[in-house]
Amino acid sequence: MNLTGILEVVRLSDVGLRREHNEDAVASEPEAGLVVLADGMGGYKAGEVASEIAVLTLVSSIRERLLEQPAGKADEDSGLLRESLILRDAVHQANSAIYNVSQSQPQCAGMGTTLVAAVFTDDRVCVGHIGDSRMYRLRGDTFTQLTEDHSLLNEQLKSGLITAEQAKVSNNKNLVTRALGIDPEVELELHEYEVQPGDIYLLCSDGLSDLVEDEEIQLTLSTLSANLELAAHQLVQMANDNGGKDNISVILARPLRPFPAKRDWLGRLTGWFR
Amino acid sequence: MAKLILTLDGAFLGEHDLDKDLLTIGRRPNNDVHIDNLAVSGSHAVVRTIGNDSFLEDLDSTNGTIVNGKPIKKHILQHGDVIELGKYQLKYVNEATVNAAAGGSPADFEKTMIIRPSAMKAAAPAPSPSIAAKLQSTTTVQETLKAAAPSPHEDAPVGHVQVLSGPSAGRELVLNKALTTLGKPGVQVAVITRRPHGYFVTHVEGTRHPVVNGQSVGAQAHELNDHDVIELAGVKMEFFLSKG
Repeated sequence: MNLTGILEVVRLSDVGLRREHNEDAVASEPEAGLVVLADGMGGYKAGEVASEIAVLTLVSSIRERLLEQPAGKADEDSGLLRESLILRDAVHQANSAIYNVSQSQPQCAGMGTTLVAAVFTDDRVCVGHIGDSRMYRLRGDTFTQLTEDHSLLNEQLKSGLITAEQAKVSNNKNLVTRALGIDPEVELELHEYEVQPGDIYLLCSDGLSDLVEDEEIQLTLSTLSANLELAAHQLVQMANDNGGKDNISVILARPLRPFPAKRDWLGRLTGWFR
Repeated sequence: MAKLILTLDGAFLGEHDLDKDLLTIGRRPNNDVHIDNLAVSGSHAVVRTIGNDSFLEDLDSTNGTIVNGKPIKKHILQHGDVIELGKYQLKYVNEATVNAAAGGSPADFEKTMIIRPSAMKAAAPAPSPSIAAKLQSTTTVQETLKAAAPSPHEDAPVGHVQVLSGPSAGRELVLNKALTTLGKPGVQVAVITRRPHGYFVTHVEGTRHPVVNGQSVGAQAHELNDHDVIELAGVKMEFFLSKG
């Protein structure tokens, strides 16, 4: 579906204060309703390669398909939107692309990347993620983390091995349990959410979420909602003011008005009875 | 790798690397850290290590386990922690943490790494946190960095804004949040951000940019000095710093 003029998107990626390279990669195609963020890992420069392949593969393989796909059609087997399946296909392609390079290029052995990607369509958003890059939503006064990290720390939290207080001082923040490009196959976690105009969606790497508390992020987004560009810069600056120990990337996306799928008369009829 | 240093009244007795999932401490000879003293229980405490974290757990010992002067049941060890068992002391040292804090190789800490799901599964069914974290190289996180970074202004003077003109002249605003917006939404809005090294005013919305001491500051962040006069949406206000 074409979202030209409907989706406002701002993206920003910063190397931080302590690293020499930026291993994060971000991309957006507002007209196709697509935003993508990846945080690469691996030896000398390989992390950059992995995140870059992920983002480029995703954008190039799904941009056209998203624009051509009639919006809001659900897949009969899975119940997911077709757009979700397009996203999943593309993530599998990206996984193979990274894995193949890491197998054939010794200097890239073992590289991988986290990923968080969102597709806006038919008043909904399809959210896919792998690893500890996150997506949040600010709706009115409510700030919600939509993704659940695939990380050792989060597994420990969920199983009750450690408390949220202990998690804050944990040394295991950097261990992810799922990543793109490490194995021949990868499982993308996929969810769909309804969207309201004025919602602000934040995609970010752990360089932000580890260093800036959720409350501060929320305060920034709500205070600076009139100027998303400035909000993005402010978030990066806060992470740097708190040490900037990792690369920091943010994407902010805001639907300005509703974007329901155009339905034919049969679609409208069945739409009423959904 | 992290380790525990055992001392008695300041005298060095031994050193134990935390290189396995479980390290036991007690009076019985089969413990990894064997302390032959009646104040120490037969099986006194254990240290479970998962990835870069070590958890100290007291095993319902008779005299308890004390960390940094406080009795604990379960504690996540931080570099420099001192564990007391009777008269004996165990100091927790995490060298990677220290090196990085001292400006060690920036390439080597806080790197995101994958921990293999196979290693996770091995540990998943049991409640025991003995996860075989197969790290490919020693990488450590730097939480101390966060603490060492310019901490949010504990003793720094706090900024205030006092309105000088217009209907709310005399009104005062304390800038104690990270961000405070000023102005009229839809007309002209600016934000004052509180940073470790000072206060900055930045344009948010509207066709006109904020004016400081008679000069337009443009769209960029502008550092505020004590007694600067800011003009926004036709209203003048003074920025000043004061303690508390």
